[in-house]
Amino acid sequence: MNLATFIQHFLNSLTLGSLYALIAIGYTMVYGILRLINFAHSEIFMLGAYLVFWGITLFHLPWPLAIVASIILVAGMGIMVDRIAYRPLRDAPRISALISAIGVSFFLQNVAIVFFQAIPREVYRPEWLENPIIFHGVRVLPLTLFVPVLSLLLMLGLVYVVYHTKAGLGMRAISKDIETSYLMGVSVNQVIALTFGIGSALAAASGIMWALRYPQLQPIMGTIPGFKAFIAAVFGGIGSIQGAVIGGLTLGFIEIMTVAFFPDLAGYRDAFAFILLIAILLVKPTGLLGVKMEDKV
Amino acid sequence: MKNTTWLNLLLILCLGLFLWWADGTLDGYKIRVLNLIAINIILALSLNLIYGFTGMFSLGHAGFMAIGAYVCSILIMTPAQKETQFILQEAYFWVQNSHAPFIVAVVLGGLTAALFGVLIGIPLLRLGDDYLGIATLGFAEIIRIVANNIPRVTNGALGFKGIPDHANLWWTYGWCVLTLFLIVRILNSNTGNVFKAIRDDETAAKAMGINIFKMKLLSFSFGAFCAGVGGALLASLVNTIDPKMFIFIQTFNILMIVVTGGLGSVTGSILAGIGITVMLEWLRFVENPITIGSWTMAGIPGMRMVVFSLLLILVILFRREGIMGMREITWAGIARFMKRGKA
Repeated sequence: MNLATFIQHFLNSLTLGSLYALIAIGYTMVYGILRLINFAHSEIFMLGAYLVFWGITLFHLPWPLAIVASIILVAGMGIMVDRIAYRPLRDAPRISALISAIGVSFFLQNVAIVFFQAIPREVYRPEWLENPIIFHGVRVLPLTLFVPVLSLLLMLGLVYVVYHTKAGLGMRAISKDIETSYLMGVSVNQVIALTFGIGSALAAASGIMWALRYPQLQPIMGTIPGFKAFIAAVFGGIGSIQGAVIGGLTLGFIEIMTVAFFPDLAGYRDAFAFILLIAILLVKPTGLLGVKMEDKV
Repeated sequence: MKNTTWLNLLLILCLGLFLWWADGTLDGYKIRVLNLIAINIILALSLNLIYGFTGMFSLGHAGFMAIGAYVCSILIMTPAQKETQFILQEAYFWVQNSHAPFIVAVVLGGLTAALFGVLIGIPLLRLGDDYLGIATLGFAEIIRIVANNIPRVTNGALGFKGIPDHANLWWTYGWCVLTLFLIVRILNSNTGNVFKAIRDDETAAKAMGINIFKMKLLSFSFGAFCAGVGGALLASLVNTIDPKMFIFIQTFNILMIVVTGGLGSVTGSILAGIGITVMLEWLRFVENPITIGSWTMAGIPGMRMVVFSLLLILVILFRREGIMGMREITWAGIARFMKRGKA
C-alpha cells in the first residue's frame, strides 16, 4: 500500500468515525442521564436523512432550508418520543423503558416503510460534492474533508452547551443524581427534553451527511450504524461525551483499516463492532473513560 | 398419582384429539399456523425462563434459533440433496456426508445451541441487565454474519431450500409439551426457586450462599437449548432458511409474546403465544391487496409491524405486567373459581 492510498483510507476512516461519533453522542447523553439505551435513536438518524430529501424533491426547498427544517423536525420528534414512550416509565424498572425503546424503534422503522416504501432510493447529490479533489495522487471526495470538519464544529458547540450554559449544568447534575437535582430546583423534565432534542439533532446531522457520503436511503439504514454508534459509546465509556467521540473514531478506523489491510475479512465488517463490544465489556465494562457505578444493596 | 396429574394427562389427551381432528380436516395454511403457535410457545417459554424467571435480559434468541436451524437442516438433508444446494462453494466433507433422522437432528440442534449458550454465557453473564441485552444482541448478529461468510457450511447468503418437511403437528406439539413439562418441573423444583431468588434480588441470593454464576449459566443454556430446538423445528416447517431470516425481528416477536403474556408466567406465555401468532398471521391481510367488488385497495407493506410495535408500546405503557402478570392458571385456581361460581 502506497502513501496516497493510505491517506485516502485515513480520511475515509476519519469521515466514518466522525459520523459514528455524532450518533454516539446522542446515545451517551441519554444513557448518562436516564440509564436508557435509546433504541429509537437509529431511527431518528434515518428520518433525518429521509426528511431532507423529501423536502428537496417534494417541496422543492433549497438545500440549506431543507437541512435546517429536517434537523428541527427530527429534534422535535426525539423530544416527542421521550414524552410519549419514556417519560411515563421513569419510575418503572429500567428494562421496561428499554422494551418501550425497542418498540418505538420498530414502530418508526415500519412507519418509514409504510410512507417511504422499503426499496432503497438513490440520493441526488449536488455537483460540487461529486467531483473528487486530486492532490499529489490522493483522490478524495470533498465530502470526506467536509464531514470531519463539520462534525468537529458541532461537537465543539455541544461541549460549549454542556460545560458553559445553565442547561448544560442541569444535564450534568441530573446525570450525577436525578433526585437531588429535583430537590435543587432543576427543571428535570425540560432538561431531559433538551437532551433528547440535542442528541436527535446531532443524529439527524449525521444521517444527512451519511446519506450524502453513501448515497442511498432505505428505512433500515439506521439500524446497523445505530448499533455501532452505541457500541462506540460503550467503548468510550457510556455517559462521557469525549468517550463517545473517541469510541466513534476508533470504530471508524478499525472498520476501514482492517478491511484495507485484510481484504479477505470484508464480509465480516459488520461483526467487528460487536466483537469489540464483547471484548470491551469483558476487559473494562465501564469503557475507556467511564466511571464505575457501584452495586447498591 | 395426584389428581392434577390425571387432569394434566386428560388435557394432553384433549390436545391429542384436537390435533388428530385438525390434521384430518383443516387446510394447509391453518395447520401451518397451528405449527407456528407450538414453535412460538417453545421459544417464548425459553425466553421467559431466561428473562422472566431468572432476570437475565437476553436478546440473543435469534442467534440460538439460527444455530439450531442450521444444524438440523444440514443433518436432515440427504447428501444428494446437499450436492445440488451448495453452488457457491463445495461443502466440507463432514457437512456433505452427515445425515441423521429428524429427532436426532433436532436434539443435536438444541445441544449445539446450548453449547454456544455456555460458551457465550461464561463471559457475558457477569454483565448487568441492559449491557447483557446489548451483548447478547451482538452475539446474535455475529452468528448471522458468520453464517453469511462460511459458504462451505451454510451455503452463505443463499441458505438452504427444500429442507425436508418432517415437522408436522405431532412433532411440534410433542416438543412443545415436552418443553412445557421440563420448564414447569424446573420451576417447581428448588432450582426454580433459586432462579426466582436471583431475579428478585441478586445480592441477597449471593449472600444466601447461592452460586449465582452457575445457576445463571444453567438457566441460560437450557433456554438456549429450547431456542435451538425451536429454530430446528422452524427450519423443517418453513423448508427454507437463510441468514436474513434470523435478524433482530425474530427476537423482537418472541420478546413481544413474553412481555404481553406476563414476565414470569408460564400460562401467560402460552396464551400470548397463541394470541400473537394468530394475530401476526391475521394481520397479513393489511399487507395484501384487498378487493371489495370492483374496488381494489393496494396492500400496505410494513403495516403489520406498525400495528405490532404499537401494541408492544401500549402494553408496556399501560399494562406493564402483561395479560397474566406473574400469576398462573392452575387446576387449584380453576377449582376455586368453580366453587365460587356455585356458591
